[in-house]
Amino acid sequence: MAITGEIEGMKGSEIGLSEADPADFFALMKPRVMSLVVFTAFVGMMIAPGTVHPFLGVVSILCIAIGGGASGALNMWYEADIDAKMSRTAKRPIPAGRVTRDEALTFALVLAALSVLTLGTLVNWLSAALLAFTIFFYAVVYTIWLKRSTPQNIVIGGAAGALPPMIGWSCVTGSVSLESIVLFLIIFLWTPPHFWALALFKLKDYGVAEVPMMPNVAGVKSTKRQIVAYAVATAIVGVLPYLMGYASPAYGVIATALGLGFVWNAIKVYRMAEDDTVMKPAKSLFKFSLLYLFAVFATLLVDGTIARFGA
Amino acid sequence: MVDGIEMTETQKKTRRRRSIAIAIVLAALVVVFYVSTIVKFGPAILDRPF
Repeated sequence: MAITGEIEGMKGSEIGLSEADPADFFALMKPRVMSLVVFTAFVGMMIAPGTVHPFLGVVSILCIAIGGGASGALNMWYEADIDAKMSRTAKRPIPAGRVTRDEALTFALVLAALSVLTLGTLVNWLSAALLAFTIFFYAVVYTIWLKRSTPQNIVIGGAAGALPPMIGWSCVTGSVSLESIVLFLIIFLWTPPHFWALALFKLKDYGVAEVPMMPNVAGVKSTKRQIVAYAVATAIVGVLPYLMGYASPAYGVIATALGLGFVWNAIKVYRMAEDDTVMKPAKSLFKFSLLYLFAVFATLLVDGTIARFGA
Repeated sequence: MVDGIEMTETQKKTRRRRSIAIAIVLAALVVVFYVSTIVKFGPAILDRPF
């Protein structure tokens, strides 16, 4: 097809033809967040009562991962202006100029539709509806609405990140149950202390980007108090799978120890001096929170696998 | 290719890589739907009139 008019005869660089590499599009999907989504969804599937054909299990995980990737890409599409201002995110594909916002939006919407429709057609429509809700919640409720308007942004928005194990569970059972809601609650309650620890030592970044994170709205002291409260709640809910009888006493012991470690790290942040600029305790809490979530779900996975195949 | 527009080497290279990536994804989708259909049919896939 010949292009007529002004752009005929121009060089590709002059009309801004895309130079985006597939790796840039992959980066739009936030692969690190996606790996956590895949892992928690997989655990949800493995500990759910019942079985699913292994191939359909893989398809389910793939759809959940791609749905998560679509959320990430929608987030990067909307937040390109903020990302350009923060050191942590300035090198992302859109602010770095490798992918345009339109390309990112199209990519995200195609992924979202593809993942939801595939999950519904091949697995079940409840899981597809939950996945669609997750994408909508993360992109619209969290990214577009809450993030720039309230310091409770990640408290409420955390629900999106907490849904994958519930989706994994529903892929197997076709239902939502109290057990899967507990898995949701573990991640939901874990999210605020995890992100507020980051917000404490990246306070300036969020300030420059004018994102109302808890430390720069309610103050550092109030944030520290809330970090402890949420850490305690996470530690208690973390033991519920044992107390409710769908995890072994060994899980109970490990989850209790991890919970105590989480609370201890949160208390160290609470005791951190006002003029502490290095903020080592906040950095430690951030790292420990990642370890906590991974270890709790890994233990649930091992526990569930032993219960299913070991007996 | 669009006539009348001279693409840079980088643009040609990245477009080729994007095309390959899309081809791989489409091929994977075909495999996923083909195998899933057989899996969902189960043994009933052999129940058909001759």
